[in-house]
Amino acid sequence: MSDVRNVIIVGSGPAGYTAAVYAARAQLAPLVFEGSVTAGGALMNTTEVENFPGFTDGIVGPALMEAMRAQAARFGAELVTDDITSMDLSGPVKTVVDGSGTTHRARSVILAMGSAYRELGLENEKRLSGHGVSWCATCDGFFFRDQDIAVVGGGDSAIEEATFLTRFAKSVTLVHRRDALRASKIMVERAFANPKIAYAWNSEVADIAGDAKVSAITLRDTATGDLRELPVTGLFVAIGHDPRSELVKGQVELDDEGYVQVAGRSTATSLPGIFACGDLVDHTYRQAITAAGSGCAAALDAERYLAASE
Amino acid sequence: MGATKKVTDATFADDVLLSDKPVIVDFWAEWCGPCKMVAPILEEIASENDGVVIAKLNVDENPQTAASYGITSIPTMNVYKGGQIVKTIIGAKPKAALLADLAPYL
Repeated sequence: MSDVRNVIIVGSGPAGYTAAVYAARAQLAPLVFEGSVTAGGALMNTTEVENFPGFTDGIVGPALMEAMRAQAARFGAELVTDDITSMDLSGPVKTVVDGSGTTHRARSVILAMGSAYRELGLENEKRLSGHGVSWCATCDGFFFRDQDIAVVGGGDSAIEEATFLTRFAKSVTLVHRRDALRASKIMVERAFANPKIAYAWNSEVADIAGDAKVSAITLRDTATGDLRELPVTGLFVAIGHDPRSELVKGQVELDDEGYVQVAGRSTATSLPGIFACGDLVDHTYRQAITAAGSGCAAALDAERYLAASE
Repeated sequence: MGATKKVTDATFADDVLLSDKPVIVDFWAEWCGPCKMVAPILEEIASENDGVVIAKLNVDENPQTAASYGITSIPTMNVYKGGQIVKTIIGAKPKAALLADLAPYL
């Protein structure tokens, strides 16, 4: 089989692109499936990235991803804007099937599918999605000019979204289950100093009201169970992410939360020749730089595996 | 046929509502990541389908039309037939999923 590649990388984002840069420079001619609408990964929906080393004044997420992509392309990575719909990761030659139904083969596969945003799991959330319920502040904030809106969540992305949304909104209420934020200090301080941000502590979203558009949310006090209504026209959901591991479930070992398990400090999964990196494996750090670092490690691990199996 | 067509607040009535063919309007903006992902897919669909017009409306430059259709999330793709909305798709989707949603109008 002459069409067997050295390595296929599934997913883009900082992990996938960094793996592509390293694999390309190692002359492995990687084939990268970036995803049809998820190319670039989670950073494509963010604004300013201020903590990626080397960018003194920060860089916007999409620009950072475009630069990583161009760097991978420069060294000969073959980048395809398509999804992978199924994979067979067993045996010495792995196969993946793309969105158009074409099968591709490789001796190793690097999994970098990242994570998908988590939903609240409310019936009205689905119904009103796109009608006031949103997961993308940078996309949809514009439509809430001079309105009262809410953000649910307490981590970095929730605080980033709340802060960003004050550019447009009249007020932003941050709804959080606890009485303290787990976001990084500098972001929390910035949010606390922002007069447009209010806080609903110890609160969770119990329901979302509105016929054609969101008109209010019902908050449940996590201590007392008391319900109260907060009139808002928009609700931005930023309650975390779940790993996109559905395609490899039952093939490589996952932990209880669905993250791909890797051996020790390596990126080796439970199957030989299959390596995993980025948000798909990491429920601890989940940063662009740690994802990039693990993408590098995955490419090096794949390179060594290929060399050893020759 | 072939390419997508740019429409504005000023041309929306003529180009979309009074069109003989069904028109798929992509409400988008420069600052929207998912809009950029779906853009090339819509170009492909436009070049492959004669029976439908695919139009692009920049919500930043044309806030009136976006507001009058209650757009609060982009990308939103509305299908107009005889001046009426017959289908709304919200959010970027892979080509196969978009084609399935749009099949009755292509």
